[in-house]
Amino acid sequence: MVELETTEGVRQLHKIFLDDVYGIPGGEKIKLCQQCGTCTGSCPTSYLMDYGPREVIAFFRAGMIEQVVKSNTIWLCTSCYYCTVRCPAGIKITDIMYELKRLAIKYESWPDESKNPAMSKIFIDYVEKYGRNYELGLMAKFTLTQKLSLGWKFKNLGLKLFTSGRLPVKPHSIKGRDELTKIVDVLASKEVAQ
Amino acid sequence: MKYLYFPGCSAEATGRAYDASARACAAALDIELVDLEDWNCCGSTSYFSIRELESFGVSARNLAIAQEMGGMDLIATCNACYTILAKTNRYFMDDPTLHEEINEALAAAGRRYDGNVRVRHLLDVIVNDLGLEAVSARVRRRLSKLRVACYYGCQLSRPMGTFDDPEFPVTMDQLVEAVGGEPIDYPVKTKCCGGMLMLTQEDAALKLCHEVLQGAAQKGADVIITACPLCEMNVEAYQPMVNKAYGTDFHIPVMYFTQLLGVALGIDDRTLELDKQLVPVGGVLAKVPV
Repeated sequence: MVELETTEGVRQLHKIFLDDVYGIPGGEKIKLCQQCGTCTGSCPTSYLMDYGPREVIAFFRAGMIEQVVKSNTIWLCTSCYYCTVRCPAGIKITDIMYELKRLAIKYESWPDESKNPAMSKIFIDYVEKYGRNYELGLMAKFTLTQKLSLGWKFKNLGLKLFTSGRLPVKPHSIKGRDELTKIVDVLASKEVAQ
Repeated sequence: MKYLYFPGCSAEATGRAYDASARACAAALDIELVDLEDWNCCGSTSYFSIRELESFGVSARNLAIAQEMGGMDLIATCNACYTILAKTNRYFMDDPTLHEEINEALAAAGRRYDGNVRVRHLLDVIVNDLGLEAVSARVRRRLSKLRVACYYGCQLSRPMGTFDDPEFPVTMDQLVEAVGGEPIDYPVKTKCCGGMLMLTQEDAALKLCHEVLQGAAQKGADVIITACPLCEMNVEAYQPMVNKAYGTDFHIPVMYFTQLLGVALGIDDRTLELDKQLVPVGGVLAKVPV
């Protein structure tokens, strides 16, 4: 495990990030960023971010990637792809945000108030267990383990969805669950090897 | 016209009326949908953004099954399913290493994929394969004078822009016109609804939903239609919370585009599951002459 607090750790993180970004088809275009700010101006949630997408690339270039990995920025990305389609240099900024999410998860480094990592974990567990999402389970488990206040806020909505038949109690399972496990295992071992 | 159909996880829960109305419209338009056998979750943004490589494999299992079933075009109705499956397809072809890794994983599950399945959105198929004239010819109840806000959301035309413009898509507007409705000028039609932030950071998501609703209200829309189950859910179900946060009084009906198309095609309310909508759509139907 790389220690984010040490200079050597940050250097390693920098290298891992760059290797992974270059691994995205067209990923090397990150070098072409001219800091125009179109991404930040197009982002629907940049006003809440510690650093906007333009600053993320600037921080990375300044060798300060650990601050980005620890920021709330990456957890506010909604995957709307506005930055990606508008970037004049063709940088796949949404994919870069995903890469930063993966690094943050890997180093277990995210701001306390960000509940997205926990939600994603619950989601992934259900998909790997059943082969499909289990919406009622996701909402219930997330509320109970992460954000009890949601239970009160969403009680009317939950009840409405339930009574209108839009939240079935039981999860749907696929037949090929063992296939999925095998696929995930093979690819997980490759990720570790990398 | 025969296609493979990928319902997506929402089709079994919150978005079940989208699935029901999509199937009914396809049948009425002589578009044959064959369910993808034992399909699994596309990977979705939540999985895709955290465990990329595994998610590509999970997504590719669907493409491999599609290939085994004859390799017809694979139709998704959810914007996220559409983009994730299409993105897996594209990266699979663009990146030889990924290509090999995915096939190694698929082989462990007794499958293989060669990259020849096209991923399509149902909206694309109806408008571009069948054609607007053919749709128009089958209308039994013209939506005359109905003012419709066509809300595309994000992942229909972004990032790929395969069948419509990433910034200013028009396909859904054209479809509404073809069935006699009046698509309103709707500048926020490709704004984000907040997606999964609704659960994790609802203030941000409510602000975005407010913009989408405000844009429709300002132009006097009778109904908002969507091509994505998550957009539909956010824009419809959270109106009470938007009202509370912004002091507004929105009660704007929101329908899947297939529900409104189904009304125009003369399909009955029960089949289209119109009673599943949280904001009642009776007022919309009352405006349309039978």
